Amino acid sequence: MLMRRLFRDSAHLVRPALVLLAALALFLVVRSAIIPKAFGQYGHYRPGALDLVREHPIAFAGQDTCVMCHDDQAKARAAGKHAHVACEACHGALAQHADDPAAHVPKLPDVADLCRRCHEKDAAKPKNFPQVATAAHSGGALCNACHQPHNPHL
Amino acid sequence: MIPGVDGFMYPNEVELQWSVLIVLYPYITGLVAGAFILASLERVFNVAAVRPTYRLALLTALAFLLVAPLPLQLHLGHPERSFEMYLTPHSSSAMAMFGFVYLWYLTVVLLLEIWLEYRTEIVGLAQSTKGLKRWIYRALTLGSYNISPAARRMDERVGYAVTVIGVPSAFLLHGYVGFIFGSVKANPWWSTPLMPVVFLFSAMVSGIAAVMVLYVVCMKLRKTPIDMRCLDTIARYLFYTFVIDFTLEMLDLIHRTYESDESFRSLDFMVHTRLLFSHVILQIFLGTLVPLALLAANQLWRYSEARRKAMYMTAGALTLVGIFAMRWNVVIGGQLFSKSFLGYTSYKMQMASREGLVAAVLLMLLPFAIFLVLVKLLPPWQGGKAHEA
Amino acid sequence: MDISRRDIFTVGGKLLILASVGATLKQITGAEPPSDAYRMADHWWGMIVDIDKCIGCGNCVRACSKENNVPEGYFRTWVERYQIDDQIKEVKQPHVESPKGAIDGFPPLARTDGKSFYVPKLCNHCADSPCVQVCPVGATFVSPDGVVLVDQTYCLGCRYCVQACPYGCRYLHPETQTVDKCTLCYHRITKGLTTACCENCPTGARLLVDFKNPKDPVHEILRTNKVQVLKPYMATGAKVYYENLDGQVR
Repeated sequence: MLMRRLFRDSAHLVRPALVLLAALALFLVVRSAIIPKAFGQYGHYRPGALDLVREHPIAFAGQDTCVMCHDDQAKARAAGKHAHVACEACHGALAQHADDPAAHVPKLPDVADLCRRCHEKDAAKPKNFPQVATAAHSGGALCNACHQPHNPHL
Repeated sequence: MIPGVDGFMYPNEVELQWSVLIVLYPYITGLVAGAFILASLERVFNVAAVRPTYRLALLTALAFLLVAPLPLQLHLGHPERSFEMYLTPHSSSAMAMFGFVYLWYLTVVLLLEIWLEYRTEIVGLAQSTKGLKRWIYRALTLGSYNISPAARRMDERVGYAVTVIGVPSAFLLHGYVGFIFGSVKANPWWSTPLMPVVFLFSAMVSGIAAVMVLYVVCMKLRKTPIDMRCLDTIARYLFYTFVIDFTLEMLDLIHRTYESDESFRSLDFMVHTRLLFSHVILQIFLGTLVPLALLAANQLWRYSEARRKAMYMTAGALTLVGIFAMRWNVVIGGQLFSKSFLGYTSYKMQMASREGLVAAVLLMLLPFAIFLVLVKLLPPWQGGKAHEA
Repeated sequence: MDISRRDIFTVGGKLLILASVGATLKQITGAEPPSDAYRMADHWWGMIVDIDKCIGCGNCVRACSKENNVPEGYFRTWVERYQIDDQIKEVKQPHVESPKGAIDGFPPLARTDGKSFYVPKLCNHCADSPCVQVCPVGATFVSPDGVVLVDQTYCLGCRYCVQACPYGCRYLHPETQTVDKCTLCYHRITKGLTTACCENCPTGARLLVDFKNPKDPVHEILRTNKVQVLKPYMATGAKVYYENLDGQVR
């Protein structure tokens, strides 16, 4: 008797509870449908993200690729002070050229700016790094008038 | 030379990431939490004097809560992906709990409490009104027309339980925002264990002030006399809460100044230059000291009813501005200085863009529009019977 | 001519031996090359930066920008120039600059008093990354091989991670409206190449290292040099180690 009366007086409370439960159930169904597959496989993220990042195209071929064809320049460079300067550090990104050498012919870099960027005298540069006040040093002549870029030591 | 930058900023720091909309969000949820705490004063803590504002406070809370997610949605780079917080919430991120705490608070606390409080009127209106309104009320009854005294007593008891759960829920709803800032070790302006507590108490201050101001304005518009005992009580609780809030903020300031760690010189300079108006003048002086003085005066001396109303309204309005300034100083201030402590940038607030001033103003006006609809639908003026313990 | 049974056995035997030797040779030379598929568990990536070698040329910034299509005005890596005055009475603040992140290098510095040097900066790919910790949905993460990456299809653009990074290495990409940052050229290092910045650094100031590789020079470097990470008190587990870093660097 008490239970029946209790139920009658609180029956209306079941309604908002049912609304909430129905919403929760709907949410769980939708969630299982749209949650990314394999999420959590390696950690709290979508493992597909790793593949997505890896798919990015490559712009710089890397000097190991350049020396496969350009043996002479590689030998000259290896003999001098620029031995550890990558080819593309001066010649720019050339992966496209490596893939199809005839289709993408690289433009030779502008000498004046190029050499200055590293070798212009600057108090913040390490003291033992070769640097000159280029205007006074060359008197206006281009750097490659005297220095061979692949083996620049005179 | 980068325009707006003094000294050195890391190159990616020059542009602010969190705009005025992120200032607005904690302000709005703060009003929600504060209004709800005021309502709970009567329901749970038996401060009968504030009963006239009980329903008003609940509707205020609901109006602001409905708007709360909007500044966040406008801010996101991809608002269409925001449901991901429900799919894969990251348990280590305080921000991830937003969706769940919000829904919990909206449904199980606020909507349920309002439904239980208004059931009697809803059932009555479902039977007496016509047309569209009839359908709305009928939907709101959820199909039950049982308003017998026993059922109403049951509502009373469940409503009490909901309010009791609602108090810590309100603390969580706003406190987690304080934790979002307070747990960022990279930012010394934000990183302090006091942050959630300061946010919470300033929220209570702003919420109580908002309900107080709204009450007076509504009564004036309806040409109804104001219950001064209610108003005096609200003002008294505002004063107590404000004292705690001010103490906490001063503690933070004194602690920083005393310890004077690496960040102090940079932050101190920022407060005295870029934040001088918003922090020192708006937040501290006009937004805290003046309202505190006005409220304290009423605890020490007895003024006429007209003068009390004027002092309370001034204090309330200044408080609302001051708490907004506090949010601004935390969010914007935290991004104006470089993490290298070697420079400062400026906030270039846009006008008509997605995160601009116009959007912010419209978002602040929207809750009042919703409030007008709510008071038409669920009039809070009758107040109903006082709640039994 | 007469073919005796013995002849058959002798020729047959030689043929058999030849055949089996040939088959074995084919087996050896014609065998499939060993699979060199990249295995994440075999690697734990980091970087070594030597301040005494950096000349501030900005090659790394330009290379990164080209390799990764970094939007203008935002930086996955950048170089700072520090000028520290002689201390007299009190510790003075260093003068720091990074014009456009050093994408065009630096204007020459004439003054020779005090101390000045270049500091390349990039994402430190922290092992206990605070940026990963705060992401609400799991759009940024530490990969099994130690690289902190962003899932561009999952990021909401909330920028909480940008706030949480102590080093300022993240930004919101203006076009994708998602957060972007240095990926340690993950698309390169998983194919046996080095990062674009390390490839193009002319002085070897930047060096990609793999802590799990026993032959990697990093072990010798860490054993014989004094190294630091940026903001060690943040305990982020930063994996970019700096040699010859001055204490005033922020």
